[in-house]
Amino acid sequence: MLVLKKIFNFYIDGFKNQSKSSRKLWIIILIKLFIMFAILKVFFFKDFLKSKELNEKEKSEYIINNLTQQNDEPN
Amino acid sequence: MMNQIDLSLVDWSRAQFALTAIYHWLFVPLTLGLSFIVAFMHTIYYRTGKKEWEAITRFWMKLFGINFAIGVATGIILEFEFGTNWSNYSWFVGDIFGAPLAIEGIMAFFLESTFIAVMFFGWNKVSKKFHMLSSWFVAIGSNLSALWILVANAWMQNPVGMHFNPETARNEMMNFWDILLSPTAVHKFLHTVVSSYIVGAMFVIGISAWYILKGRHIVFARKSILIAAVFGLIASIFVAATGDNSAYDVAQKQPMKLAAMEGLYDGETNAGLVAIGVLTPNKEPNDEKDPFLFSIKIPNLLSALAERDVNAFVPGVNDLVYGNPEQNIPAVSQRMKNGKLSIENLRKFNEFKKEGNEIEAAKSLAIFEENYKDFGYGYMDKPEDVVPNVPLTFYSFHLMVALGFLFILIFIVTLYYVYNDKLKDKKWMLRALLWSIPLTYIASELGWIVAEVGRQPWTIQDILPVSMSTSHLSTSSVMITFAMFAILFTVLLIAEVKIMLYQIKSGPKDL
Repeated sequence: MLVLKKIFNFYIDGFKNQSKSSRKLWIIILIKLFIMFAILKVFFFKDFLKSKELNEKEKSEYIINNLTQQNDEPN
Repeated sequence: MMNQIDLSLVDWSRAQFALTAIYHWLFVPLTLGLSFIVAFMHTIYYRTGKKEWEAITRFWMKLFGINFAIGVATGIILEFEFGTNWSNYSWFVGDIFGAPLAIEGIMAFFLESTFIAVMFFGWNKVSKKFHMLSSWFVAIGSNLSALWILVANAWMQNPVGMHFNPETARNEMMNFWDILLSPTAVHKFLHTVVSSYIVGAMFVIGISAWYILKGRHIVFARKSILIAAVFGLIASIFVAATGDNSAYDVAQKQPMKLAAMEGLYDGETNAGLVAIGVLTPNKEPNDEKDPFLFSIKIPNLLSALAERDVNAFVPGVNDLVYGNPEQNIPAVSQRMKNGKLSIENLRKFNEFKKEGNEIEAAKSLAIFEENYKDFGYGYMDKPEDVVPNVPLTFYSFHLMVALGFLFILIFIVTLYYVYNDKLKDKKWMLRALLWSIPLTYIASELGWIVAEVGRQPWTIQDILPVSMSTSHLSTSSVMITFAMFAILFTVLLIAEVKIMLYQIKSGPKDL
């Protein structure tokens, strides 16, 4: 418990005593992560196969269909 | 067949991935290289206890931190793209790609995330030894993260240790060690990470050179240059050696890429290596044009490098496209037939399985597996589709190699001048060192262009072409996200450069 408290205080002290530039960097990191996970991932980068609401077997069939459906007959 | 997915969609998806990968790679090499330089400096401070080394370590650690903070998680966007834009590919590769990336995530989290906090917050808070070791753990953790990504990429260039399950349409890992220790993975990892050390070394040298030019922090700059130049020289010599191993591996596993790297259209015994060359514009396979408007070749060297035998035959583009029976090289037209047979029997196998016709399913499976090595060729419209962009591959490769040798020379000359305490008088050299920083980034990006453009049209060598890897999305949606990424990454890059420049202008604490 004492070790955990020490680790916790270590991080708190570290964050408290950061320079102005370090704080600026944290703001950039947080904005970046927000844009990536709350905007890009949610609205623009949905998992294509998950969005089709297929189970595992149907996903396999979908991909096999994609891979084989228009293949020309071999000569 | 190649037109079944709109080619503009393929091109935009490809452009988007290239954009994000190139931007991501602007941050990574400095993290990989600078982390080790900081660890070396920190070790010197730990052993000597001298304040000047503390200031040196603190300053470069700060710049490392800025680059790390801005670059962190930019690679995750590539993973978003796998799920959205490249769903056929993501499903097809199965756990081959998932396992290394999962290990990478865990390693990055435990090593980098844990110790980076100790590294930055630990001054006078933890023991000096633990603090110094944390710098090493950050460096090792960063480099191990790169290992798993590069293993996954190497598997795409040389798919080993897997088995394709025709019922699930996924590759299944048969032997983890075959994937991890394939020569392609080993050479790729060593060549890529060590080349990143050159970026880190030149970054330290270039900025230190700027301080000397300005007459500021001379002692700091001289000591920083000494560490970085030794590190950079060792790294650049090692990169030349690993580059040779990588080229040998390419010759064995991706001969078309090697032919493109060398602009070699007609295979030769005692093949020469192009030292300098200008390609003939609009050259096509099997036309009558000379491949070069001008070239200087080093006799026999390409055979020696590619096959470890000066008399060996090195196949050219024409041999690989149209076949060369004397050298046992099959024509692509034959491989296309095999591929179509394999694809057709994958379809039949699954149909027979659904019908419960196990006998016919087994027959189709046997034909499918017999021809699986040429599976991807079944998607080509014509044999020439397997030729990558030769000029882009050729010039990228030769410029990268030329820069690699230039860096060796720069590190040697820098060390000579620093050792003799003459560097501060050589203004031209100091300016050249400053301007060498972007050259290392260019060389690093060129390496990826050679690796990725040179292996086109394949996502997975011989098995899955790029055109079959993409999701069925609207082209406009990919264009929109392309623009969004371009803006986001450009803003991040500007932020990084501005914060870096501010810190550099502020300089280290006076020694």
